[in-house]
Amino acid sequence: MVAALTRIFGVHNLSLAEDVVQDAFCRALEVWKVRGVPDNPSAWLMATAKNRALDVIRRERTATHFAPELSRLFESEWTLAPVVDESFASEIIRDEQLRMMFSCCDPRLKEEVQIALVLNILCGFGAQEIACAFLAGRAAVEKRIARGKQSLATSQRLFDLTDDDVASRLPVVQRALYLLFNEGYHSVSADSVVRRELCREAIRLTELLAGDPRTGTPPTHALAALMHLHAARLPGRLDGAGDLSTLVDQDRSTWDAALIAKGIALLEQSARGDEVSVYHLEAAIAAAHVQAPSVDRTDWHTIVGLYDRLMAVAPSPVVALNRAIAIAQRDGPERGIDALETIADAERLAAYPFYRAAFGELEIRRGRPGDARPHFEAAIHLARNATERRHFEKRLLSCASK
Amino acid sequence: MSDYIYLFRTTAEARRAAMGTPELAQKSMQRWLAWLGDLETKGHLKNRGQPLENEGKLVRGKNKVITDGPFAEVKDLVAGFMIVEARDIAQAAELAKGCPILEGDGAVEVRPVMAMNF
Repeated sequence: MVAALTRIFGVHNLSLAEDVVQDAFCRALEVWKVRGVPDNPSAWLMATAKNRALDVIRRERTATHFAPELSRLFESEWTLAPVVDESFASEIIRDEQLRMMFSCCDPRLKEEVQIALVLNILCGFGAQEIACAFLAGRAAVEKRIARGKQSLATSQRLFDLTDDDVASRLPVVQRALYLLFNEGYHSVSADSVVRRELCREAIRLTELLAGDPRTGTPPTHALAALMHLHAARLPGRLDGAGDLSTLVDQDRSTWDAALIAKGIALLEQSARGDEVSVYHLEAAIAAAHVQAPSVDRTDWHTIVGLYDRLMAVAPSPVVALNRAIAIAQRDGPERGIDALETIADAERLAAYPFYRAAFGELEIRRGRPGDARPHFEAAIHLARNATERRHFEKRLLSCASK
Repeated sequence: MSDYIYLFRTTAEARRAAMGTPELAQKSMQRWLAWLGDLETKGHLKNRGQPLENEGKLVRGKNKVITDGPFAEVKDLVAGFMIVEARDIAQAAELAKGCPILEGDGAVEVRPVMAMNF
């Protein structure tokens, strides 16, 4: 709705658009709480926002400078209502959301600012919720949003999707959505409700991107595939007692078959053209996992090969860590430990509890639980929340009993 | 059974605060719907009424001067009304205790509706 209103008011009046939406919400709730929630609340909200937009334009069309390309149409009552109406049509809204996404992902803004803007404007998250999701202070997030909005307001208009630089900005948008999804998937702080929302919003926006011919490139489809395949495994990540469950122990029957099917279809769709992006590789790894009936019957050869390629195009210590774990599955724990020990930049993993835990797991597997103990002790020390701590403590106990 | 009108009085600020965040708004909605549902099942709810806008006009005096109501700053803004049926005013007041507006900075004014006997 903010995107639709921004089309009408112009991006420099972003806060006006937000006020109108906020106002529409408050009104809706005031009425609903006594009259009950209508059958189609979103249509009701749209209608309310539309009426408020008309009010604002009628009241302020002389004083305020609205969207330059539409302002002439606002002068007459004959054209005003149809233009506002049209802005709320679903295809236009979809288009405006895409444009807003591209506007938020301005390469001049830091990634954290881009994501905060997307979450705030396009997903309707408040500063508190964003802060909770990103382990950041509320004040810091508010500053980020304010800074981003300032820069948006100085642009004359929303990013135009017919612009030549759609192609150059598309990777920035993809990256922001990727980070948004990861935040939801891996976040250590946020509670599970917020995390699920983050994942869902990332998927929604990526599908929007995938559905438009200008932005639905193979990497976009691969990114959407990756998100679906990961999201399919979300229900299995915690066991019945709310404890962290590793891939080995996960109950594969809890994985979401519909998401898996959709993810695989998207991955196939992403295979047209000969570009192989990071998202293709990561999605292919995720696909190998979800299609395997068990850890033992997983195609570790393929997975190691994919990690090798990923290391070639986007090396990082975390990718190297995952590769080492895959090597251990393929060639045995000794080789896995070798791979762990030769990770370049391993000091960047010093604070990452799962790095030490990986050593611990492989020591257990090669029959040296005594050597595993200090690794799990270190992991417990590094744990970032109670769930992780409980998990490592359980692993430490299992060393003692062997 | 007689009719009583509830006038919901609050401040614009409290009204906004109750809707301040999505969570608060959701809670507030649930409370209101629960309270209304309860009144309804017990047969007290006669008219759900309507919420009112914060601002309006004031027409006053013999000269019929119309002024803008600066109601937003007023301490006890009438935010809405509702009509219930109760045995007596004591019961009507007792029933009003469940109103979520009391959780914020609000009050419920309970007034018997004058009976018209033709």
